[in-house]
Amino acid sequence: MAENNCFTLKIITPNRVFYEGKAEMVELNTSEGEIGVLPGHLPMTVIVKPGILTITETEGEKVAALHAGFVEILPDQVTILAEIIEWPGEIDAARAEAALERARERIHEHTSDTDLARAETALLRAMARIQAIK
Amino acid sequence: MASMRDIKRRKGSIQSTQQITKAMKLVSTVKLQRARASAENSKAYFNCMYQTVNRILTRVGSLQHRYLQSGGSGKKAVVVISSNRGLAGGYNSNIVKLVTRHEGWNKEDILIYAVGRKGKDAFVREGYEVRLDMSDVAEESAYPDAMLLCNELLKAYADGEVGEIYLAYTSFKNTVSHIPTLLKLLPVVQDVQSDGEELEAPMNFEAEDEEALEMIIPKYVTSLIYGGLMEAVASENGARMQAMDNATSNAEEMISDLTLKYNRARQGSITQELTEIIAGAEAIS
Repeated sequence: MAENNCFTLKIITPNRVFYEGKAEMVELNTSEGEIGVLPGHLPMTVIVKPGILTITETEGEKVAALHAGFVEILPDQVTILAEIIEWPGEIDAARAEAALERARERIHEHTSDTDLARAETALLRAMARIQAIK
Repeated sequence: MASMRDIKRRKGSIQSTQQITKAMKLVSTVKLQRARASAENSKAYFNCMYQTVNRILTRVGSLQHRYLQSGGSGKKAVVVISSNRGLAGGYNSNIVKLVTRHEGWNKEDILIYAVGRKGKDAFVREGYEVRLDMSDVAEESAYPDAMLLCNELLKAYADGEVGEIYLAYTSFKNTVSHIPTLLKLLPVVQDVQSDGEELEAPMNFEAEDEEALEMIIPKYVTSLIYGGLMEAVASENGARMQAMDNATSNAEEMISDLTLKYNRARQGSITQELTEIIAGAEAIS
């Protein structure tokens, strides 16, 4: 029975295989909003936006900060091709706070030549990092 | 015949060269192991990316998109990955030859994006236009470097400055075999083999097809460049290891040859001295 509730989750980064295992559910932020994926999902490809990735395993939950990449969803398998992803233990809290402050400032005092899209991504990234630590 | 002292001096200098080549070989062996490990680690990502992109292209096959059709410009951008240091046998010259001797390519139509000083210098010498030089990342490249390079390329592509983008790198088959390879990055060519996968369930996109391509293709190009960088570093060290191994054994051969010559010269001079002494003694008596 337990087998049917799980799918294979693979998270691959350019440098390593970040995670590989069985998961009951995975939640993440995409370009179209936050989604949760359960086994038996329709085949789908989604694009990642910076946010929290929550992996629900049979024994508990795992959290990571996922910043860029895309996800390929198949009924029995989910593959996340992540350009940037971090476990909470790998995040430098002070740096994330500083980045958050910087990005906020940039958006707040934006002029015509500020790259607003970039500042926004930076803000989202910093927020995801800080949230992941908590 | 060279004098004994000359031969001795020559032997000494070859011996010290041999020590250097031996040390270089050991260093590149260690570097090769590290580079190979990271190239293998990046392979999983690359393979997955390749499959996904192929699957997407099979689905959207006939879609009109600027990443799938060649742009108006006849110019070609070529990313050439070489090394910053020489003494690696034919490693650098092979990759340069691959581009300069390519059939149907004119010097004027090519913009070089160089990673690696040796390659860049060669293209400057040949009179090619070098648009960008990223040689400082040739040895220790990280994913953000590939992203940076990719952004530059896509900008030129989007502006219509170049119509096609190629990647020239040395693919790493195993320790002794490295193959200079030319890969077309953009417009994306669809793999014919993917036809067999059509029975698979159709893939849906949360975003629009076009939007998805817009997002995924740059990542695909970046991953190809990154994979190329990783393999090139492994190939470079492999090539250097081989070259240094050859140099060391050549030195060994020369040393044994010179030792033989030295001994012969020594024997010759002793014989000569003896003959002189005997002749002298006979003359006195």
